[in-house]
Amino acid sequence: MNKTSGGQAKLVVQSASKFYDTRSGPLHALDNYSMSVNDGEFVSVVGPSGCGKTTLLWSMAGLHSLSGGAVYLDGEAVTGPHPQIGMVFQDANLLPWRNLTKNIQFPFEIKRIQPDLARIEHLLERVGLQGFGNKFPRELSGGMQQRASIVRALSFNPSVLMMDEPFGALDAFTREEMNLLVEEIWLETRKTIVFITHNIAEAVFLSDRVHVMSARPGSLASVFEITYPRPRSLDLFATREMFDLVNEIKADIQRKPGPRVVDPLPPGQTKTPAVG
Amino acid sequence: MVDKQLGDQIPEFGKPKSGGAQGASLSNLSGMVSGPGIRTLSEIVAIILVAVFIVGGAEILLRVFDVPVFVLPPPSAVFIALVTDFQFIWPHLIDTLIELFSGYAIGASVGLLLAAIITQYPFVEKIVAPYILMLVTTPMLALVPLLILNFGFGYAPRIIAVALASGPMVMINSATGFRRVDLAKIALARSFGASTFQIFIKIRFPMAMPMIIVGLMIGAIFGLLTAVGAEMVGGGFGLGNRLTTFSAMIQMPQFFAVILILSTLGILIYVTFFLIGKKWASWET
Ligand SMILES: Nc1ncnc2c1ncn2[C@@H]1O[C@H](COP(=O)(O)OP(=O)(O)OP(=O)(O)O)[C@@H](O)[C@H]1O
Ligand SMILES: [Mg+2]
Repeated sequence: MNKTSGGQAKLVVQSASKFYDTRSGPLHALDNYSMSVNDGEFVSVVGPSGCGKTTLLWSMAGLHSLSGGAVYLDGEAVTGPHPQIGMVFQDANLLPWRNLTKNIQFPFEIKRIQPDLARIEHLLERVGLQGFGNKFPRELSGGMQQRASIVRALSFNPSVLMMDEPFGALDAFTREEMNLLVEEIWLETRKTIVFITHNIAEAVFLSDRVHVMSARPGSLASVFEITYPRPRSLDLFATREMFDLVNEIKADIQRKPGPRVVDPLPPGQTKTPAVG
Repeated sequence: MVDKQLGDQIPEFGKPKSGGAQGASLSNLSGMVSGPGIRTLSEIVAIILVAVFIVGGAEILLRVFDVPVFVLPPPSAVFIALVTDFQFIWPHLIDTLIELFSGYAIGASVGLLLAAIITQYPFVEKIVAPYILMLVTTPMLALVPLLILNFGFGYAPRIIAVALASGPMVMINSATGFRRVDLAKIALARSFGASTFQIFIKIRFPMAMPMIIVGLMIGAIFGLLTAVGAEMVGGGFGLGNRLTTFSAMIQMPQFFAVILILSTLGILIYVTFFLIGKKWASWET
């Protein structure tokens, strides 16, 4: 398995395949997909619509089962929901009948443990939601809801954060704000993050590595190492290097899938852009 | 290890949930809890003025046109009857309440329980659906003569009738609520390791709550109707029995006094569930 830059392999996806049963026969959603995410690494997965990104992430989180292959977290096979994984869903997915405090304490209720109030308070303050505890989700903006859901995912201090197009529903400004916030939180907590997005610029801005998935059945097409120094600023979005890199990745996604790539990091497909 | 309902499915985020059942619940509920609140003094004054106008107008019209009391007694006569004869009426009110509460307690809890269980098994649900529909649509009053035949003239036949009338109403509405699945929320709970039971208690039940409250309200009102109806069919006590007695004796003021008590009961039921809905289901707007 591929190991980059020091950290240990935290999450390993080994030859993951997934077939869905449909009325018109099995649908091949994920094809022999392998990847490895190091401890503390920020990895994004981008790919055309319907290529199997959610399928991959949900299998990694133990929410769905795989037809073939396996997912390992800290060397242990993931066969069901894992206490070390926090999920952030596409829309904030807050429970509308609970206020913010109750929503954030929800994981603790399910796990039947005392909520870590100090940690929650600190996180709420960190994302600028202190004092909103009594508000209900419908009283909060989309950005605030998504920030609350990030707090919820981090509240029980998982070592891995999995985010599936978390900002897909937000407007461009809120989205950039959230990107900054996620990078800051990542720099502070050094969680291992797997981030799925349609937005290539967002993926480049946030990630150490961007994995490009081929069209269905999803398999790994190429990997881009992103070496811009941290912390990154939103100005990065406006730079020439970023523009070129985004276009290169875009071209890569649009290209018809060539001969299937089995090794997750074939030489020559790894792009290391110059530091901007 | 994978949730049986979630299975392989990926919920569609962001899109408004479709489904007639949900639409029905929304309209039912907003109709129930979104009534205007009374806030200002002028509103209270206006409400009192209109009430005085209607009652006073009826009083004047009935007296001016000299409508016989056995056709329609004036409000004042009804009110006087209510006050002076209340001592004779209230034991019957207690009887009716006993029937209503016991029958409703049985019917509503069985209905709620069955709804919760049956909706977990779509196959079972399909098989029992026609019978449930039959229970809902059959007027349980029609069974009262038979029930009296089997259980005598005491509380029993009435309590059974109330249970049979309210239970299916609670059940069919609650079932609609329990059938609402939001896979995204189930996946959320699952991601924290929730068991099937926890998902039921923490996700399905609160999701169903608005419809459960609607069902409980409709069930209570049907229970009241059935209790009074059953009392009119047979037996020597209860408000329904007072109605038949007073009308047979052409004691119209007393008759309407009982009617007034019954409508007050109905309104109390409505207000109770309105407030419960405001507390527990107002998140769904
Ligand atoms: N439960 C299911 N049954 C059958 N087919 C499914 C099921 N879930 C997903 N699929 C199909 O599998 C493919 C991959 O789906 P998936 O949701 O993983 O893609 P995605 O990359 O996340 O798409 P998007 O970018 O739209 O979010 C799609 O073609 C989808 O239609
Ligand atoms: Mg997806």
